[in-house]
Amino acid sequence: MQSKLGLDFKRVEHARSLAASIASSVQTFVDEYTTVAVERTLCRLLGIDGIDSNEVPLPNIIVDELKDKGVLSQGSIFYIANTIVQTGFTPQEIAEKVSDGSLDITKLPISNEKEIAAAIEPIVQSSIARITERRNRREEYIKNIGEGSKPYLYVIVATGNIYEDVVQAEAAARQGADIIAVIRTTGQSLLDYVPYGATTEGFGGTFATQENFRIMRSALDKVGEEVGRYIRLCNYCSGLCMPEIAVMGAFEGLDVMLNDALYGILFRDINMQRTMVDQYFSRIINGFAGVIINTGEDNYLTTADAFEEAHTVLASDFINEQLALLAGLPEEQMGLGHAFEMDPDQENGFLYELSQAQMIREIFPKAPLKYMPPTKFMTGNIFKGHIQDALFNIAGIWTQQGIQLLGMPTEAIHTPFMSDRYLSIENARYIFNNMKNLGDEVEFKEGGLIRNRAKDVLENSIETLSRIDQEGLFNALELGLFGDVKRAKNGGKGLAGVTAKGENYLNPFIKLMKGE
Amino acid sequence: MSGGLYSMQSKEFDKTLDLTKVTPYGDTLNDGKVQLSFTLPVPAGAEATEAAKQLLKKMGFDNPQVVFFKELTPGYTFFNCYGNATHSVDFTSIYVPKVESDVMSMEEIDSYIKENIGRPLVVIGASTGTDAHTVGIDAIMNMKGYAGHFGLERYEMIEAHNLGSQVLNEDFIAKAIELKADALLVSQTVTQKDVHIQNMIELVELLEAEGLRDKVILVSGGPRVSHELAKELGYDAGFGMNSYADDVGSYIAQEFVRRAKK
Repeated sequence: MQSKLGLDFKRVEHARSLAASIASSVQTFVDEYTTVAVERTLCRLLGIDGIDSNEVPLPNIIVDELKDKGVLSQGSIFYIANTIVQTGFTPQEIAEKVSDGSLDITKLPISNEKEIAAAIEPIVQSSIARITERRNRREEYIKNIGEGSKPYLYVIVATGNIYEDVVQAEAAARQGADIIAVIRTTGQSLLDYVPYGATTEGFGGTFATQENFRIMRSALDKVGEEVGRYIRLCNYCSGLCMPEIAVMGAFEGLDVMLNDALYGILFRDINMQRTMVDQYFSRIINGFAGVIINTGEDNYLTTADAFEEAHTVLASDFINEQLALLAGLPEEQMGLGHAFEMDPDQENGFLYELSQAQMIREIFPKAPLKYMPPTKFMTGNIFKGHIQDALFNIAGIWTQQGIQLLGMPTEAIHTPFMSDRYLSIENARYIFNNMKNLGDEVEFKEGGLIRNRAKDVLENSIETLSRIDQEGLFNALELGLFGDVKRAKNGGKGLAGVTAKGENYLNPFIKLMKGE
Repeated sequence: MSGGLYSMQSKEFDKTLDLTKVTPYGDTLNDGKVQLSFTLPVPAGAEATEAAKQLLKKMGFDNPQVVFFKELTPGYTFFNCYGNATHSVDFTSIYVPKVESDVMSMEEIDSYIKENIGRPLVVIGASTGTDAHTVGIDAIMNMKGYAGHFGLERYEMIEAHNLGSQVLNEDFIAKAIELKADALLVSQTVTQKDVHIQNMIELVELLEAEGLRDKVILVSGGPRVSHELAKELGYDAGFGMNSYADDVGSYIAQEFVRRAKK
């Protein structure tokens, strides 16, 4: 590819090799461990669902039981499969019996390896088939009714009530949105379980539950048929339940998932060991289900300066790319994140933003890049905010981003009104149509501001990657290399849910989903 | 839809400024011009436009004009409107409680603390409760600060501890005790369904239960926080939009000295 920025692709490959080395040392750690969230995910993959009379999800009941008995390291599949051999119950029946106290799955005689593998095989296959079917359904839909062109227009709904969210989402789809993200209720990322059923109460967002996923997906199917465009559904595969949300999304046909351990570590204070292990399995599931993941690098720039710290965004994109590849997630599903967050008072700020957007586009040519709008410098002046969003939209169409998260003029005031979303979509459609092929017409001046900026950011990110490679990612996070935020390796939430894999540990889904 | 490009409406009203009867200003004193936009849950059409106008009348606007409408989705119509306010307020009789302190620069605050207190003040801050947003507390506390105002971490005479977001009130208090904090800063960004108010009240109640309320300077901040609201909820001061580290630092230093003199 001819670079419009004169990028030195040898340097890009060097950066990529540093990131690969960083990712592989993280992976050496990840391969040895499992977590309560991973084990609950496996319960769900075996078909266990539902809650007890105290609204505790049955996957939590099983995994807590194993943890209390000190045998979590052997994993849930081993115990469930063994119980199937010993009793002939289904996984759901086993969960119900553990829940009512009539069965202790840790006290049964242990069957031989072969019997255990044979007992679990058909259940694993049917789960794989269920996800494959859902993926095929999406692909059929896109083939038959089509989809919007890139950049996809991404808007959020956040009423707290899934039924009200549906009304907002339908309106947005009719106005031209391609992706609807249902923002989660404040604090859900720190719950170590996934709530159950349809929900109508939330703060600043709506609970992610499997039933809510189903309700919204079916509404979007209907409105998609009406407008003749497949409408993608996005949720948040982050926090303490990363892989569980991934599997629920895979079952219910979600299309896009925020999925970034680094974000959780830095901005939700989730323990880094826990979330790296969780992320690996969640990305395997997302990869297999055909889900586009979004990473959260844009958030670094809400705490750190967007001009000075742009290289940390690029460095993190490189690392996220390599971690995703290790989980078998193809480049076409990597919505790597970056953002338009420079101070509007900065002279030539737009030129720097344009340079960075073009640089990331060229460095990750196949990725459906996730481009975030201004948020930090949105002030409540809705009129100026609308223009800030317009500049962001110009940069988005010019550099052919993959997913344009539409900024709202009322950012920093409230979660969007129906009319805010309309104004934002109108803004983006006007600019995208009016400037559609601008990028094809323009390349940047040799030795100019824009080329030099891209070169500087790339070189600085190589320096950062070298340092992280020497330190290791965990140490780098302890030193505060991203977003000016420091996190301890043994600090944060969820560390108690991490355990080394034991000798009987089984997870047949990893190989099957990665196609190994 | 609109009444034409140029208003031919007569301007037969008193065009002198009377602060006891203040009304909005468009391009002529006392014209009362207001622009507003809203959505009605009705389909677009003549009836919808009429409904918007009637609503404007009920809100106290004369000469209601719908200049733009658009059906956002079947059954929901968005309007841009203008009207002339018929109400006025007496500006001369308004009293708003404000934080009573002189705003000093970072250097002035540092030397004020050195001279009047003689040791650094310990300030802890957090975005408490379920609020995950750190933008507010970071703007006040982080070294870098915001919009050219350095954060409290950079102050020589302030020992600043930013605990980040989603800090439980209980943990916040425990940290205050551990660090012997002189002042507590509570940031609240998420305000849906008034979740910030419940959370702010809870902190005051917990501090009172611990017998700590009078021993610390308790300050809150956030885009929807005002000094008046903060006082009402039992805080010493509240800082809303466009407040920076120097506003907060000045207040804390002077309030500390004020209390020490008592």
